[in-house]
Amino acid sequence: MQGEVAQRERSALLGDTAAPLARRGRRIPIIPYALLAPTVLFLLVFFAWPMIQALVLAFQGADGAWSLAAVERMTGDLRFGDAVKTTLIFAAVVIPLQTVLAIGMALLLMSNLRGAGFFLYLWAIPLGISDLASGVVWLSIFTDRGYINSLLVGLGLSDAGYPFLSYENPLSLFLCAAIAELWRATSIVMVIVLSGLQVIPKDYGEAAEVFGATAWQRFRHVTLPMLRPSLQVALILRTILAFQVFAVVIALAGRQLPVLAEEAYHFYYDIRSPNVAAAYALLIMALSLVFTAIYLRVLRVRDAELGRGR
Amino acid sequence: MTTVAAPAALRRRPAPRWHLYALAVVISLFILVPIYLIAVAAFTPRAVLNGFPKPVVPVAVSIDTMQAFLNTRGVGQSVINSLIVGLLTLVMSTVLGAPAGYALARFAFRGRDAFQLLILMTRAFPIAILAVPLTVTFITWGLYDTLPAVALVHTALALPTTVLITASIFISVPVDLEEAALTLGCTPLGAFTRVALPLALPGLAAASIFTFVLSWNEVFASVILTVSNRTLPAQVLSSLGDSPLAYRFAGGFALILPALVFIFFIRRYLFNMWGRVVR
Repeated sequence: MQGEVAQRERSALLGDTAAPLARRGRRIPIIPYALLAPTVLFLLVFFAWPMIQALVLAFQGADGAWSLAAVERMTGDLRFGDAVKTTLIFAAVVIPLQTVLAIGMALLLMSNLRGAGFFLYLWAIPLGISDLASGVVWLSIFTDRGYINSLLVGLGLSDAGYPFLSYENPLSLFLCAAIAELWRATSIVMVIVLSGLQVIPKDYGEAAEVFGATAWQRFRHVTLPMLRPSLQVALILRTILAFQVFAVVIALAGRQLPVLAEEAYHFYYDIRSPNVAAAYALLIMALSLVFTAIYLRVLRVRDAELGRGR
Repeated sequence: MTTVAAPAALRRRPAPRWHLYALAVVISLFILVPIYLIAVAAFTPRAVLNGFPKPVVPVAVSIDTMQAFLNTRGVGQSVINSLIVGLLTLVMSTVLGAPAGYALARFAFRGRDAFQLLILMTRAFPIAILAVPLTVTFITWGLYDTLPAVALVHTALALPTTVLITASIFISVPVDLEEAALTLGCTPLGAFTRVALPLALPGLAAASIFTFVLSWNEVFASVILTVSNRTLPAQVLSSLGDSPLAYRFAGGFALILPALVFIFFIRRYLFNMWGRVVR
């Protein structure tokens, strides 16, 4: 049922088959455009325009004349290098772990576990949890007098606990933020991977098994390549969100762990320089576009591979 | 719902099952224990909460911490603000996005691929970050520091997903039924409102809930676009630095609560939201 609907849907969305209503010529062709117009207009005003505005702001001085002052101020800032580095390393650490964990969770749900529906619900809960809430939740765990230290001291493993979130321990600070992100944002990858797994025809794996492929070989050479479209979507989504990482870091580390979005916020609010803030915004956008392009290229979906033959 | 098909291998020679269950339980604990702990923190009397080592099981339950949080200046109003922004976002993104989703689901037309590309592009884009340049626009429009301004950015954030979700929902409503209504003399609009819409309603409701949660959770744009009219996340974020831990924990729990309820209601539609992706 699921597969059938998905199949029909995919072919419809890809425009493989003309939508029946239109084919019968009962509708005037203007209708679809009228239906799309509000969305297109809205996106032009609140998506395309601010993008241009960001470019303008970033290359303007406070007086409105063209200048590189804002960009120079950004790149010259003491925290700039750290912010770029931390944001990139954060994404590079969290996303692969998340992807592996999510694939594992999805495969587990597919393995005929009794109560898989219940587990799916539990594992989907973080979908609704914000990065800010996640930061606060893990703050209650990692803070100096938090739950982990309570446990360590309670069990007599430590005298006063370990300062996980101290600026003197940048590594543990980074890891705590990574755990919070892993906790919150793995669900979304899992849901995408799971729905990707569900449309893989069973016969492929069975055929591979007939030819003597081991479970790992089937995963590596059948499941994984077929999952590529889903992984592409999940990775793009997660990478873009990771470059905007913000509230979870502020909640756990204050200003001790610089990331790009936090610097944008800082320059906008504390320094009151929308121009420098816009330069940061532009940098985040540029990074997002570059990585999206890389994913689209590296995880290119070849139709023939999926048996679509288009 | 979804039928989860087992790989052939697992059906024929079952792996050590306990081992898979143990893994599932461990993952569940990883997800649940932090939620449990923040709930304990939010409902523990302040004196116990400030003690160390903290008890991991609730020794005394009290709503004092939660009450103190909600009575803090600005918090009550910020909850109301969040509800207003969420509802505005929901209405705007549904009114704008649902027709587009319907068009994608039912019509073949020139420019369809270009439109899909636009939707995909916006999805692969840090939209919340656009709040920074938008402040300038909103100041000229007199919208800065107002709830509609926040709702507009949240709508931009939700709209691409709304279009994709509604498209997938309308595709799952059989087109034959609508055609039957047309043959029986319904106008296209009548066929839509009397046949397609009622069938799509549960899915659309789930999509709305999703949009609401997205708005309820969004913090970057909210905190950039407002000064006095804070939403709840913006309020909590901007007072993080100078508030006692009890306040933060209560705020964290207040932020999570709707998520738990909403995910329960939309769990059947998770795949409509994220699974079906237009390529």
